[in-house]
Amino acid sequence: MELGIVQQDKLSAGTTFGRLIKQRAGFPKRNIVGLLLGALALTGCNLPAFGAFRGATTQGQNEFHLWQGFILTAIVVGAVTWGALVYAMFRFRRRGDQIPKQTHSNLKWELIYTIIPILIVIGLFAATYVSENEITAVSSHPSLRVTVVGFQWGWKFEYPGGVDIVPRGANYPTLELPEGETTTIKLVSNDVVHGFYIPEFNFSRYALPGVTNYFDFTPTRTGSYVGRCSQLCGLYHAEMLFHVRVVSSAEFNNWLTSQQQKVTA
Amino acid sequence: MKSERGVYMLIGIFFFAIMVIYFLWSGEAGGSVMLFAAAGLGIMPGLYFSWWVRRMPLRPEDRPEATLAEGSGAVGAFPSNTIWPFVLGMGSALTALSLVFGAWLAVVGLSFIISTALNVTLESRRGGSI
Amino acid sequence: MTIIDEEIGAPHSGQAHHDEEPKGVLLWLTSTDHKIIGKNYMYTSLVFFIIAGALAMLIRTQLFAPNNHFVSQQTYNELFTIHGSMMLYLFAGPFAFGGFANYILPLQIGAPDMAFPRLNALSYWLYLTGGISMLLGFLTASGAAAFGWVSYAPLSSATNSPGAGPDLWIVSIMLVGFSGIFTAVNLVTTTFYLRAPGLTMFRMPIFVWNMLVTGLLILIAFPVLTAALIMLYADRHLGTHIYSVAGGGMPVLWQNLFWFFGHPEVYILALPFFGMVSEIIPVFSKKPVFGYKGLVFATLAIAGLSTGVWAHHMFTTGTVLLPFFSALSLLIAVPTGIKIFTWIGTMWGGQVEFKSPMLFVIGFIVVFTMGGITGVLLASPPIDFATHDTYFVVAHFHQVLFGTTVFAGFGGFFYWYPKLTGRMFREGLAKLQFWLIFIGFNVTFLPQYLLGLQGMPRRIAEYLPADHFTTLNRISSVGAYITGFAFIVWMANMWISWRKPIPASANPWDGHTLEWAADSPPSHHNFEKLPPIRSQRPVWDMNHPEAADHKASHNGTRAGNIEKSEKSR
Repeated sequence: MELGIVQQDKLSAGTTFGRLIKQRAGFPKRNIVGLLLGALALTGCNLPAFGAFRGATTQGQNEFHLWQGFILTAIVVGAVTWGALVYAMFRFRRRGDQIPKQTHSNLKWELIYTIIPILIVIGLFAATYVSENEITAVSSHPSLRVTVVGFQWGWKFEYPGGVDIVPRGANYPTLELPEGETTTIKLVSNDVVHGFYIPEFNFSRYALPGVTNYFDFTPTRTGSYVGRCSQLCGLYHAEMLFHVRVVSSAEFNNWLTSQQQKVTA
Repeated sequence: MKSERGVYMLIGIFFFAIMVIYFLWSGEAGGSVMLFAAAGLGIMPGLYFSWWVRRMPLRPEDRPEATLAEGSGAVGAFPSNTIWPFVLGMGSALTALSLVFGAWLAVVGLSFIISTALNVTLESRRGGSI
Repeated sequence: MTIIDEEIGAPHSGQAHHDEEPKGVLLWLTSTDHKIIGKNYMYTSLVFFIIAGALAMLIRTQLFAPNNHFVSQQTYNELFTIHGSMMLYLFAGPFAFGGFANYILPLQIGAPDMAFPRLNALSYWLYLTGGISMLLGFLTASGAAAFGWVSYAPLSSATNSPGAGPDLWIVSIMLVGFSGIFTAVNLVTTTFYLRAPGLTMFRMPIFVWNMLVTGLLILIAFPVLTAALIMLYADRHLGTHIYSVAGGGMPVLWQNLFWFFGHPEVYILALPFFGMVSEIIPVFSKKPVFGYKGLVFATLAIAGLSTGVWAHHMFTTGTVLLPFFSALSLLIAVPTGIKIFTWIGTMWGGQVEFKSPMLFVIGFIVVFTMGGITGVLLASPPIDFATHDTYFVVAHFHQVLFGTTVFAGFGGFFYWYPKLTGRMFREGLAKLQFWLIFIGFNVTFLPQYLLGLQGMPRRIAEYLPADHFTTLNRISSVGAYITGFAFIVWMANMWISWRKPIPASANPWDGHTLEWAADSPPSHHNFEKLPPIRSQRPVWDMNHPEAADHKASHNGTRAGNIEKSEKSR
């Protein structure tokens, strides 16, 4: 038992508690998503993005749908609260010197504004719980394993066959990923804490010294994306960029083979 | 004193429950120890207060119908102006800064702290103006 | 009620010493009066606030243009580190529990002073020297600390952050931490032992409740921080390896310890200001606070939950139990929501008067509601993965913290300014200041939400033109300058009020609680005469006997009560 660290087996998709619920009540995982985000999934693409990226991986899209659900709830709650505030401000502005009725409490309304938020929170938690398990799930048979090393101040990507992609001069390194296939990233750091962050994948994870992190990307769209360091790591934190290039599976295999040949040559 | 006890006990019991859940679920030691300490912070004074609740009549500030007259008499002894908290503060700061600038500062700082200890004692006996 | 100045074994008679009170600097150095210490705290923390605000202006100037070289990257890292550290450790907390609580809390419970006046004075001096130590970092050869206010290990190790600046930062936080602990001991003891007769716990003003809970939270959180800092210092200079992998330690332990302090700290900063809001809204609505008990239990619930959510700052570390921490973090929205609805409920059916303290408080509710809602978004780990350490988070916590400390804080400042100084401020200038801050603040931080969603990480000194962050950053910087200008208006207001005083009466706002029964400013041991305490609002009962709170439960008339209390003296 390490101080400050929860063992990996307890963190994976089915936590003890999660398993318990599933066994006891036959936890209707998909049904809950269906209930909460069903309507959303139907119209999901027609809804605005509310400023966020739609996600270029299945994991990122999962997050994006959760984001849409949350932000819609937020807009409703915000509108009700601000609406009540603005109404109270204008309706009950001072009109004279008479003393208003001295109301101390109203049990009915107090219960309403306690219970409704609790129900909203339970709903949000259920959606979160399902989504976070799907996003953090690590495949046991990924089609590719890449080790990412964060260092001051750059990134190193280690592919199978001894292929190491490192920054060269002023050129940022590029993380090549095959489209439609699941890649497991092993993330480590040997100096300070870095944040491995790809905005368009809607994902970031710390590269922590002393901890090895695993997570999956399943890109759904070819293209070039920017990657950044999100956690302050010293002087050149701002310049710790990298590129992400998602290419078709065939193109990726050609690229990897040619890189592997360069290593052996 | 019942409400005071309630505040402490509520905090203590809440953190104890959270600690048990957290420890059983995560098995992580660091957070569990901190939650345990937080539970102790509530339960220890809570028990002390419960001990007194049974042995003490209600104080005037605990009775809704108490009159101001019941609170008359000496509330407590309050010091008038004194320079020694300032000297103690400077002494503590210099001692702390010796961690940065070297042990010689601690000599100055500790001498301030010791002189405060002596003088506050004397001041209390004398009657406490500067 | 009698108060004796300390005279244990005194040779002279029990004559009060305050007749011969020293003046000027000597008073400042030697006073143990909670009012003087409270004012010292308030003025000192406002000076730190202005300095930290000036640092923010430099930060926004650096970010005004892509690839900007207004300051070097090293300087930029120092700027945001000290900006954050000063705002959180030296302004927001001490302004509330050092300044307001020290001054107002004993008055609101009818006490002559804090329970431990000498300890109170000591904690001010520790705070002042701690603050100066932090600023001293800028004068050292290696510069001030540059690892962010969170000081993550191992970036804060001796190898990665050498020099005296980081050590000064550590020592400074230790001193301020002890000052906070002493103040908390004082607040809790004062609340438990020095209340006036009849002022039961459930008649205390909400501000006192919030300060009590803040005090308890400080006692839970600050010792953890101090211990973590001592271990950090030991790692840097004494050869231990608590936070370094090389020696078998664990860097992420720092994050656990720090956030076990850090999240309660957020509520340590927020709760006192919630208390101020709960005092101001009833007074300017001419109603009692709505749902008093609900508010008290919401405060206690926030305190409890806030200590169980530390790892929601660590969702992306991959080492924490996501469902546990997201559940508790989401739950904290419930008591916070209760508070907001309670405040709206207090205004409901009242006679709401928009004097400047009330304006600031309304601004607070508007801003804080949005900050609280985005906090709910961040409590969901998947959404946190996408936005963690981006400007989305920066915008969120500025809405929460600026909302509380500046909007609610200046609401409280203007509300109690007549009590503190015996003078009125200029209402027009205060309103102008409010509108400038309200516009400036929103122009600064709303674009930052979008920046964060577009992937701009926080704490970066430069960005590229190709990132398309330029326009939003420009808008944000302009907003920051407007906000900065608002504080020049505030200083002008204070100057005019000082040079051309308008005397304030004892109770200019028709306040409800006991501090308005004292003179403005109150005399040495606060009260010549207390009104009888038969409800949560003794001064309201005295001034409005026809609508008094105690009528239902107590049949004594106003005249009868005063007669009784006069006889009792």
